[in-house]
Amino acid sequence: MTLVGESVKRIEDPRLITGKGTYVADVTLPGMLYMTVVRSPHGHANIKNIDVSAATSYPGVVAAFTGADIAEQLGSLPVGWVLDEDMKQPPHPPLAVDKVRIVGDAVAVVVAETNAASVEAAELVDVDYEVLPAVTDAVKAQASDAPQLHEEAPGNLAFTWEIEGGSWDEAVKNADVVVKEKIVNQRLIPNAIETRGVVADYNPGTDQITMWTSTQIPHLIRLLFTLVTGHPESKVRIIAPEVGGAFGSKLFLYAEEVIAGIVAKQIGKPVKWIETRQENYLATAHGRDHIAFAEMAGNKDGEILGINVVVNANMGAYLSTFAPLVPTILFGIMLAGVYKMPNVKCKVLGVFTNTTPTDAYRGAGRPEATFLLERMVDRFAQEIGRDPVVVRRKNMINAFRNGYEVPTGVMYDTGNFKGALNKALENFDYQGFRKEQREARRNGKLLGVGWSTYIEITGMAPSAVAASLGAGAGLWESSTVRVHPTGSVSVYAGTAPSGQGHETSFAQMVSSELGVPMENIEVHHGDTDKQQFGTGTFGSRSLAVGGAALHMSLAKVVAKAKTIAAHQMGVPEKQVEYSNGTFIVEDIPERSLAFGDVALEAYLAKDLPPGMEPGLEATSFFDPDNFTWPFGAHVAIVEIDPDTGDVQLKRYLAVDDVGNVMNPMIVDGMIHGGVVQGIGQALWENAVYDDDGQLLSGSMLDYALPNAKNLPFFETDRTVTPTKVNPLGAKGAGEAGTIAACPAIVNACVDALKHLGVTHIDMPVTSEKVWRILDEKGKAHPRRK
Amino acid sequence: MPNEITVTVNGTEYTDTVEARQLLSDYLRETLGLTGTHLGCDTSSCGACTVLVDGQSAKSCTLLAVQANGHSVTTIEGLATDGELHPVQAAFREEHGLQCGFCTPGMMISVAQLLDRNPNPTETEIREGIGGNLCRCTGYHNIVKAAQTAARSI
Repeated sequence: MTLVGESVKRIEDPRLITGKGTYVADVTLPGMLYMTVVRSPHGHANIKNIDVSAATSYPGVVAAFTGADIAEQLGSLPVGWVLDEDMKQPPHPPLAVDKVRIVGDAVAVVVAETNAASVEAAELVDVDYEVLPAVTDAVKAQASDAPQLHEEAPGNLAFTWEIEGGSWDEAVKNADVVVKEKIVNQRLIPNAIETRGVVADYNPGTDQITMWTSTQIPHLIRLLFTLVTGHPESKVRIIAPEVGGAFGSKLFLYAEEVIAGIVAKQIGKPVKWIETRQENYLATAHGRDHIAFAEMAGNKDGEILGINVVVNANMGAYLSTFAPLVPTILFGIMLAGVYKMPNVKCKVLGVFTNTTPTDAYRGAGRPEATFLLERMVDRFAQEIGRDPVVVRRKNMINAFRNGYEVPTGVMYDTGNFKGALNKALENFDYQGFRKEQREARRNGKLLGVGWSTYIEITGMAPSAVAASLGAGAGLWESSTVRVHPTGSVSVYAGTAPSGQGHETSFAQMVSSELGVPMENIEVHHGDTDKQQFGTGTFGSRSLAVGGAALHMSLAKVVAKAKTIAAHQMGVPEKQVEYSNGTFIVEDIPERSLAFGDVALEAYLAKDLPPGMEPGLEATSFFDPDNFTWPFGAHVAIVEIDPDTGDVQLKRYLAVDDVGNVMNPMIVDGMIHGGVVQGIGQALWENAVYDDDGQLLSGSMLDYALPNAKNLPFFETDRTVTPTKVNPLGAKGAGEAGTIAACPAIVNACVDALKHLGVTHIDMPVTSEKVWRILDEKGKAHPRRK
Repeated sequence: MPNEITVTVNGTEYTDTVEARQLLSDYLRETLGLTGTHLGCDTSSCGACTVLVDGQSAKSCTLLAVQANGHSVTTIEGLATDGELHPVQAAFREEHGLQCGFCTPGMMISVAQLLDRNPNPTETEIREGIGGNLCRCTGYHNIVKAAQTAARSI
């Protein structure tokens, strides 16, 4: 009996579809107080004075704190990834003390008996600001006369990161053609539908802080909280209950987590803070925001010789927890893509600006790299007058099963890129479409097709490699399998899901490997007092790393149970086989022991093999020796309305190879959602600041999220190239869709307008932008006079 | 200013004194403890708080509790009857129409109300019918499929 590879219905669903899930906002404790954060309305200002007296005397208010009051207890928010010793890490106080650098910087908190009283009293906090000039653009921030954010970082430069594999100069020397493009990857707001929130409780008797927080990394939050506040790690419990979407944005230690914990400790009562959506737009990390200058060198026959990229990465006003990793390693090492690209050069400038910090958002670095590369491949193909699919195929790395080293110094695990491309071409009649496109053009209709053949890096990650690149935490994953005396099983996973269905996928594994029915398996996660240390859920790692750790624990449990069963049945262990929940003596099927009976014996311990410890449980830590590298081919077909410039997505086909698949239904669901986040970036989403640092797209009314109305069904398919990096053969699947989608969509939009000489359109490809292009080319519907 | 209201929620009549400014969503969540109704935005954009008021879908963050006085409200906790899932709930599980589950209660209420109005909607009608509900996980693909499956089973 195996459930591996089956679309088992999710065991999370019954509680979630009946309204019985418990998210942070649903947690209520006796005597609980409500916290409101007073935030800076200015992008850049000195704090001259903060007067909280009117707030503290407001009815129902228990206390108010400024940065100056509790700066020492709060410490400074840490950076968990240090690229090199030159990287600047200016202080990041959870509550600003003398200066604010973003609209939304926390300057004070008010704690009251009701939420309404805390909100009202927060408005009475009087802050005297001396407003300073601000800068929000990563290129302008490097100008000699630009406002300076941190004394520690002259020129607003946080870091410079460079990589070169092969020789770009050599590529240029040998090339027939060098194409150049400025490519902007706009800033995005992650928009998990559940905002962040914290409930913090302090027990003065035990000195224990318990915090419910909407996070992807409960153990790392505990560790970082201790590093920042000095409160002992053994006296901090972090609970991530149901997490209502995260997409990377709940992967960092945030100011409010530190503040709520310390305020609860200070007051001695539970404190609740639930982020409003407008706060979420200001105070939860953003994604992307690159201004890149790219060059690709190649020959007229379609051979690509190299790529050279300079990126201005907007880091926001402070370095968020994993921020330095995202535009550097997760971007730069991916620039060879699926191609035999001998020469890759990349320089990344990490720049401070008066904007919300950027950090990992679904895909984190790989969408930026893939968009740039796949756009440049199309740009190059267009320049030499060749078909973009032909150019891709000509340069694609051939199938490999034992590693392929690319010039950026990393080793892809397994790949069959042409296999994925071929599958996409089976599913989509490309030649037929080209004919249709030509006919449509004659009738005044604008159709376009866009390709994206991508590879990405998942399964974070080999700890030693990550440490050598700057990681401040090991990136292995853990599991505990505890078999109870009655044969039911509790699994304690170090990963922490936010919708990925781990309870189901992990229970499928347990059921398959132990022969225990699904209903007898409970998967626990997200509570640091229950689980052994785990790294958490990010970088599409939960099955590839966490699942592998579970597989190890299951193997240990089966091995011990087998030893007990053999002893019980009085036969040598090598004669015992385990299948479907039963230990059977080889060739004597009537001599058998059920798994549950063996579990009971492990606890009764009346006749265990000599020297064996009682009990039946195992804990494992899996640290892979490489990342895993999913890949695929996506195709988008768009139609552009020549009158309005509106882009309609007509079809979207995805072929993804994520190695072996545990639950196809769950994987397809993640692909759909990922693709739509990519489509959202390509067509609609855009976080926009004005020059003073005001976020103009400051609410869901101003920031265009994908809506069911504007989307088609997706045609998903897969090829299967298992990895050897983990025993499951599984690669990460959570981010692939987002990584692949942007270039497919934008390539399709450019393809629709290529005959007008259009070579590039920056995202989002809004109707206004397209209409202006058509207008410029004299092809727009005539303006009304 | 305190006001007394009488509201029938999921078939049970409640009489409570509420502040005039209290939102229906807060009344449901905080006064009645029905936390299945979620709040995802400040601007009536996301639809996570959608409930039925006299059988019509409404964003409960955009109604005051006093406006519900004398009316009947159905929340996600009241969608199943006699322990049997509503066909929309069953279809969401069958078609994997949810991931994190946060938008799901409001989304299912909207789908239930859509099917009530229009038992055989086209794909376009479904997509328009849930246009007031945002989901960031599923890309809507399986939600639309779930609505189609539910329509077939009703």
